[in-house]
Parts: sequence; C-alpha cells; structure tokens
Amino acid sequence: MTKLTELNIAAARDGLNAGEFSAAELAEAYIQAMEAGRDLNAYITETPDVALERARESDARRAKGDALGAMEGIPIAMKDLFCTEGVLTTAGSHILDGFTPAYESTVSANLRSAGAVMLGKANLDEFAMGSANITSYYGPVKNPWGVNVGKDLVPGGSSGGSAAAVSGGLAMAATGTDTGGSIRQPASFCGIVGLKPTYGRCSRWGVVAFASSLDQAGPMTQTVRDAAIMLGAMAGHDPKDSTSAPIETPNFEAAITGDVKGLTIGIPAEYKMDGMDAEIQAMWDQGIEWLKAAGCNIKEVSLPHTKYALPTYYIVAPAEASANLARYDGVRYGLRVPGESLDDMYMNTRGEGFGDEVQRRILIGTYALSSGYYDAYYIKAQKVRTLIANDFKAAFADVDAILTPTAPSAAFGIGENQNDPVAMYLNDVFTVPTSLAGLPGISVPAGLNKAGLPLGLQLIGRAFDEGTLLNVAAAVEEAAAFNFKPGKGA
Amino acid sequence: MSLDKDTVKNIAYLARIRVADEKLEPLAGELSSILDWIEQLQELDTDGVEPMASVSDVTLPQRKDAVTDGNCQAAVLKNAPDGEDGFFTVPKVVE
Repeated sequence: MTKLTELNIAAARDGLNAGEFSAAELAEAYIQAMEAGRDLNAYITETPDVALERARESDARRAKGDALGAMEGIPIAMKDLFCTEGVLTTAGSHILDGFTPAYESTVSANLRSAGAVMLGKANLDEFAMGSANITSYYGPVKNPWGVNVGKDLVPGGSSGGSAAAVSGGLAMAATGTDTGGSIRQPASFCGIVGLKPTYGRCSRWGVVAFASSLDQAGPMTQTVRDAAIMLGAMAGHDPKDSTSAPIETPNFEAAITGDVKGLTIGIPAEYKMDGMDAEIQAMWDQGIEWLKAAGCNIKEVSLPHTKYALPTYYIVAPAEASANLARYDGVRYGLRVPGESLDDMYMNTRGEGFGDEVQRRILIGTYALSSGYYDAYYIKAQKVRTLIANDFKAAFADVDAILTPTAPSAAFGIGENQNDPVAMYLNDVFTVPTSLAGLPGISVPAGLNKAGLPLGLQLIGRAFDEGTLLNVAAAVEEAAAFNFKPGKGA
Repeated sequence: MSLDKDTVKNIAYLARIRVADEKLEPLAGELSSILDWIEQLQELDTDGVEPMASVSDVTLPQRKDAVTDGNCQAAVLKNAPDGEDGFFTVPKVVE
C-alpha cells in the first residue's frame, strides 16, 4: 500500500470510504511526518491534539453513518493568517505575540464542518507581505526542493509554509491566501497546485487583513482535482463579509470533465518580457502545445497595461495595509511595549512589533494616503487599476482562459534578492495583474528546469468561472504528467 | 520622488512607528527607490477614468440595525496585554 503521507485528497477519500485506514491513522501518520520535517520550519504552531481529536470525531461520524463532508478526515495545514479559536494565531508577526482568537475564521470553520483535520498553523511572510517567506518573525521556511540543488531555497511567499508542508509531505493540503500572488508563486516554487479564487468566492471574515480589496483565500494541493474538492469546502456566501459574493457554490470537481476541446486560450503578448528566462519561455511554449494537442484554440491577446500592474499594486496594497494595520496599537491584543504617553506606547509597540518589510509598506501606504499626495499616488493607482481590469474584460470577450508562466524564475536561495525591495517585488509580475482585476488564477506544476527545480504555469479565468479554469488546469496537469517529488530527482 | 530624512521621520510619526535615528537615512533611500519605480504610473493618461475601489460588482448589502451579539466582555478582554476591572488600560491621557 502507498504510504499514507503520499496520498492526495481524492485517493485518501477513496481509502477512507473503503475502510482501508481511519482518519485517526491518517492524522497520526502526518503528525509523525510533521515532527520529522521540523527542519523545514513549515509550521509555526503544531496542533497534534486538535488533529487527533478531529480525526476521531470524523471516524465516529463515519461509524455512525452520519452525513460526511467533502474533506472528511483530510489532514491539512492552516496558514497562520486564519484566526483559529483557542489556537495561537500570529500572522508571522511579533506584534501578535500570544494572540489566541476567541473565534474561528469562516473559511477554517467551513473546512472543519466539511470534516477537515487541522495539523497546525503554517508559517508565512509577516502579515503575508513577501515573496520568499523570509520576513516571518518565526524564521524563514525552507523549500523541500532545496535537496535537489544542495542549498537552502526559499519556498516562495507569502504562503511559503503551506507550500512547503504540502510539497514536503507534512500536510495533505493546505490553505493559503493570495493578495498579489501569495498562493500561486509559492505553489510554482514548490511544485504543487495553488488556486486563488475570484475575489468574493471565499469569505475574508477572520482572516488577518493585509489589503482588503485584494485578499482572497484558496487551496494549495497536490492535484487540480484536490484543489476543486477543497475550494468547494472553503467557499460560500458569508453575511459577515460584505464583499463575499451572494451566489451558490458550484460543484467544482464535476467541472473537471477531461474535455477542453474547442475552448479558446489567450496568450498575452505583454507577458513576453525582455530578458525573460529561456527555460520559463520554453515551459510556456510547451504549455501552449499541450493545450493545442488537447483541442484548444490558441489566440494571442493584448493586456496593454500589464507593465503598470506592479507599481499600481505597490500603492494600492500598502495603502490598504497602512489602514488595516492601524489596529495594532498594543491595547487590545498582542504585544505592548510601554511608553511615557499613549503616543509613545503606540510608537514603541509598532516600532518593535513590526518587521522591516511591514514597516516599509506601512510607510509607503501612509505617504500615498497623506494629504497632498493622495491624488497623485492613491487615486492615480486606483484609476490605473480600472484600466488593468478593463484589459482583462476585453480579452475575455474572445477567450475562455489565459495561459502565462506563474513566476519569472524557479525558487532562489535563502538570502538572495534580499537587499533590493523592488527586485523582490518583481517575483509577482505575472500574478499581480489577476489580483488587481479580482479574477481567479491557478498555478499548475508543469515540469522541472535543468537544475531540477519545479516551474509552474498559470491559468487565469473569468470571474466566478473557476470551473472552466480547473478543467483547463486539469488538461495541463495531465499533459505535464508532473510526478516528481523533492529529493527523488528527475 | 526623493524623500529626505525629515519627511521619513514625519511619515513614521503619522504611522506611529518608532524608527531609530540611524535607520532614517537608509529607509529614506529604500522608500525613494520604491517611489521612483512607482513614478512610471504618471506616464499614463487617466483623465476621465473612474478610480476602482473594489472589483465586486455587487451593491453592498444592508441588514437590519439590530444587536447581533453581546455579553462577551471576557472574550473581548481575553487577549489584552493589560486590563483591569473589565477595561483595557492605557497610559494616562488626561492631565
């Protein structure tokens, strides 16, 4: 029999249904793997007791013949940005020291009621701000693929702990959140599937806020089918999030039909950038050939404002972050560093509690929103955001999905790209436009580069059309037949 | 757009973040290089373009103005770094 920690969600579901193993056995296998894999630093908090309790509850439901959920008995890692009742929630920041929420985020509650078993809280960039998981107060996460090149590599970010946990077999699947690429880029770096749903598909209630008009939760899994199963369990309208879409959640798994004949796939001319890595370009070309062979029509499309997406994002996201992070005042929860006056206490707490990258972004955001600069920066960026969203609207009049690379490179070494903030921001060049437009995007592992590291392809879909997106992604997945695991070579 | 030390100090005050004096100069350099890079947005003509605050097309829902929770003082105060008699405590603000 396959080792329990090598199963994906669909296979574990079959095994549990057939009585081959119990949810408790599955949880125990993953708890051992999680302990053995501590060197990756993928988890901030391990919750083996919670996992075993929920696994036993799942086994009891099954024994009694109760209705079973879509994630029944499935052991997952929870990005430590989701508030979890009674379990330390840090957002990777010193400023949330000791914060133990009295409530559960809607997405984690949905997963729990679908039967999922939480193994622990996954490491991340501080407040989800980063592309390499090096800004966490709890230390960097190692990419399990580092063994292939004999050095410590970043897992990408901000959902780096989630990606490393799934890729390294320390969780069957994981939750992530994506503001500008934080699910898709780490998925690409770690050779797994990462889906950022349409803005509004999953509730943001109880997710520590970074940039509220962009943040969206999504699944990080081993396969496209698993992403469909898990998204179905996470999604749904929530009256507690006024931006959560009041629509039914479709059966995403049923949308994977294996038939993509006649669909039109757009290839955006502007994503062919000067100096693009030849291996990334080759992988992209390969993806086009795969979809052609599967019966898709390929059409070049234009997204003319692509080059302005990153600078737009680096106004909009920091502006929203500076407002959202104003709540960390040392009064109501988390760290407090004493001071002579109230102002002093605020300044000491925030100066010590926030790391360098978070401080940079709060300062940029504060500046962009300050009187005299508001129109020149913030309003200007919001206008360009409209142009970017319109580019996609025009393109989707002619195509059903868009194919691009996920990231401009494979995983890089821990410590590289660290001295120049703008160089780090460029990691998200292919993922940020989708986020600004609120559209769904998925990264699918497509192959290995010459060094033996995974590369992902990104598919972008119409708003609330994750079904088509998953179906096309499954076609890419099937053609790529990516069955590499870290450490096992090519 | 180049920011000087004093401007950074003022922004840091607006954001209520204590930044050590010796960090102001390097921070001014970093923030200036980010703003220089963002400056390319000014090339675009955006006259008459509606600024986008949200991607969702839906009108924000309204609900009844009714009490939906309460009586959870202990839960509210549970994570306070310093609390007393059912209150959050702060340094003295009234002379």
